[in-house]
Amino acid sequence: MKKKKPQDISLVLVGPAGMGVQTVEQVLVKVLQSAGYHIYATKEYMSRVRGGMNSTSLRVAGSPVRAPVDRIDLLIPLAAGAVSHVAKRLSSSTIILGEKALFEKEIEDGFRAIDIPFSKIATEIGSKIYSNIVAVGLLGALFHVEFQLLQDFIRKRFAGKDQKILDENGQALQAGYEQGARLAEQENVEFDLKPDPNVKKQMLVSGAEAVGLGAIAGGCNFIAAYPMSPSTGLLTFLAKHGRDFNILVEQAEDEIAGINMALGAWYAGGRAIASTSGGGFALMTEGLSLAGMIESPLVVHLAQRPGPATGLPTRTEQGDLDLALYAGHGEFPRVILAPGTLQQAFDLTGHAFDLADRFQIPVFVLTDQYFVDTYYNTDRFDASEDRVHHHFIESEEGYKRFALSDSGLSPRAIPGHGKGLVAADSDEHDEFGRITEDLDLRVKMVDKRLARTKFLVEEAIGPTLWPQESDSKHLVICWGSTLPIVQEALERIGRDDLGLLHFSQVFPLHPAAAQPIGKAQTRICLENNAGGQFARLLKTYADIEVDHTILKYSGAAFTVEEIVTRITEILD
Amino acid sequence: MDEKHFTPENIDMAWCPGCGDFGILKSLKKALAELEIAPENLVMVSGIGQAAKIPQYLNCHYFNGLHGRALSPATAIQAVNPHLTVIAESGDGDMYGEGGNHFIHTIRRNPNITNIVHNNMVYGLTKGQASPTSRRGFKTPVQVAGVLLEPFNPLAVAIALDASFVARTSITDPDHTKAIIKQAIRHEGYSLVDILQPCVSFNKINTYQWFKDHAYPIENHDPHDRRAAFDLALQESENGKLPLGVLYVNPDKVPYHKAAGLYESDSSPLWQRPLDREKLCTLIAEY
Ligand SMILES: Cc1ncc(C[n+]2csc(CCOP(=O)(O)OP(=O)(O)O)c2C)c(N)n1
Ligand code: SF4
Repeated sequence: MKKKKPQDISLVLVGPAGMGVQTVEQVLVKVLQSAGYHIYATKEYMSRVRGGMNSTSLRVAGSPVRAPVDRIDLLIPLAAGAVSHVAKRLSSSTIILGEKALFEKEIEDGFRAIDIPFSKIATEIGSKIYSNIVAVGLLGALFHVEFQLLQDFIRKRFAGKDQKILDENGQALQAGYEQGARLAEQENVEFDLKPDPNVKKQMLVSGAEAVGLGAIAGGCNFIAAYPMSPSTGLLTFLAKHGRDFNILVEQAEDEIAGINMALGAWYAGGRAIASTSGGGFALMTEGLSLAGMIESPLVVHLAQRPGPATGLPTRTEQGDLDLALYAGHGEFPRVILAPGTLQQAFDLTGHAFDLADRFQIPVFVLTDQYFVDTYYNTDRFDASEDRVHHHFIESEEGYKRFALSDSGLSPRAIPGHGKGLVAADSDEHDEFGRITEDLDLRVKMVDKRLARTKFLVEEAIGPTLWPQESDSKHLVICWGSTLPIVQEALERIGRDDLGLLHFSQVFPLHPAAAQPIGKAQTRICLENNAGGQFARLLKTYADIEVDHTILKYSGAAFTVEEIVTRITEILD
Repeated sequence: MDEKHFTPENIDMAWCPGCGDFGILKSLKKALAELEIAPENLVMVSGIGQAAKIPQYLNCHYFNGLHGRALSPATAIQAVNPHLTVIAESGDGDMYGEGGNHFIHTIRRNPNITNIVHNNMVYGLTKGQASPTSRRGFKTPVQVAGVLLEPFNPLAVAIALDASFVARTSITDPDHTKAIIKQAIRHEGYSLVDILQPCVSFNKINTYQWFKDHAYPIENHDPHDRRAAFDLALQESENGKLPLGVLYVNPDKVPYHKAAGLYESDSSPLWQRPLDREKLCTLIAEY
């Protein structure tokens, strides 16, 4: 891939939960976006509500940035322990900005720290709580954001608070801004990035929101879910917008209820999504199998986190591909989609509803903690096209829900629409849906359920190859959320004999999926898990083997530098 | 309306001759016919078990789902299309054992469904193990020394959770059963009808005669009096007596689909409501 290196500043905020890291982040990214900077942000947090140490890593750039880096240009530690928390990521070019007294002991020789008495400045203005606003003012100044823009933004955000608070917020912002200007002048800390006017027209959206918007665009009108990180973001998103879009949102008593409600909803003409993480999905598997038996459409959002068992609740992994692939007893078809970008998350979630409905199957949208908690600016999603087409029919008298046909697909009807009666039976059943132990009929019904696999393969989304239509000598293969990270890493390596193949549909595979892999001399499969599950899937379903795997299963996402190093090691 | 409307053609029934399930099926059909419920408007939802086969023997829509899970799809079906009459019906093992968590939380949720439970105090389909309602000391091939556990008291649990309608009948009295089922279906909100049902194959203790001896009709009871209802429900645990009739009604509870807020200004089922794409574009523009 062509050599490219983004001009960007990597800015990291670190502090214990509940200390305002989020306020600084939320205000800052919006302001920087309005100023025309490309923004990327990702979070890493502990499974606790207070204390511990969390960090938000931002990249502010003049061109698109969509991947995490190890490098830190500017570190804002908000408490003692914050510097140590990211010690591995520091270098002599990192600037640490903050209350020196808090972290002096944590800095090794040769690191550059600048003392900014955030809380002292804030206390003088009125209260320590304004520290975050001081920080926003300072950072705004370093990035040359116009003061007016900052001020308007802060006013809007705190609109409705009493005048004293508004005034003091304004003063805190001003004081921070002045500190920033002073730094720029006296300490030579300044970031000269060229804003891009297009950014203002774009949207800043997270993975969870992109899946949520995609679900709405796909006509979702039902979710019953049990909270579980990292899937909860989708549930809260749909809850927030439920009434506006006629979505029935329920917190189920457990995941078993959640998926069984989802199936009930589809049966009655609704469009439901079940959303959970690995542990919750494990409880759903009998329900998944029921979807297979009653040929019900179903969309499952499975946001992965590291297991087994409770694992690392707030961390990331691509460890549940096998689970999605093999979950549910008995044999029945399914589709597994795994978005790599926010645009894909929007498109594929909508597509999942359509596929599920057309082929009467469960369709997975497989994400992970890294993906749902990450956001960046991207072109506004286009919802102008009508993508919701119901695939059920108005039934006639004598209707047979499971009528045998060559295609294996019987027209699906719903109760209350037409004169026919609609049966769903988890036992093996006849064409009407009545329980049967006729073993010849059993064979026909199994064949019928599996016959649609043919269409699923025909409709499969093929992998995307970079550079387009190339025959790269060396090929990196990845799937799902790792896409932009690998992309940036390959751009940094900049070898024209090195290509990338990304799968946003991991099952079933597109019939031509293996072709570019077959042509490559060195095949490297990169996955955020320990077992190389996708490499195994390629072997099993496309009969193609990779030469190397790059695996990571610490609970953290890959970083660009890490991928550069590991690919270079293989190729050198 | 004739109850024959609900009888499908050519069915092969899997119940043992003499089983109480036949009586329940007949009482249910009569109740449905008397209420003039059209088969096209009725969805029977069940789990797995002998009792849970009941939809197979009825001419109507049905969702014969997983063991223990009938209440979840039933809730969703009714909430997605409130024009349908939804009945969730299964055995005691299915509803109170495997589905116990859903039983509790469905009562709290209060969907407008009727929950009929065939209480035969045994697992029929799996051939005679203890059920949650089996009496202490009941011997089975698994409970070889007799049941050690305290029997589950569904009525007491339901009243404790302020279920909006709680009743018990016995199929030893089919007319009473029919009458109670009718009341339960008419009731708006969750209604529980626990039906005492002899299993002639695997329960030689709780027989027709046993139910006749232990059950009695409630008299002079105000079903709005929750404490009195609770006292009646506790009798089965305290002195082995099984009061029959409507124990408890709370008419003030709002059914789930209404509380969920999607039917205030629009009564159409969700599938009839198109996606408001303009609103979606506006939402996207906010990011
Ligand atoms: C998940 C699961 N566990 C166990 C079973 C086996 N099973 C089927 S019915 C049943 C119990 C039946 O008892 P009950 O619900 O009281 O109904 P009855 O047959 O007595 O009418 C059991 C344990 C199953 N089908 N699914
Ligand atoms: S096993 Fe018992 S409950 Fe089941 S059909 Fe036979 S008699 Fe009835």
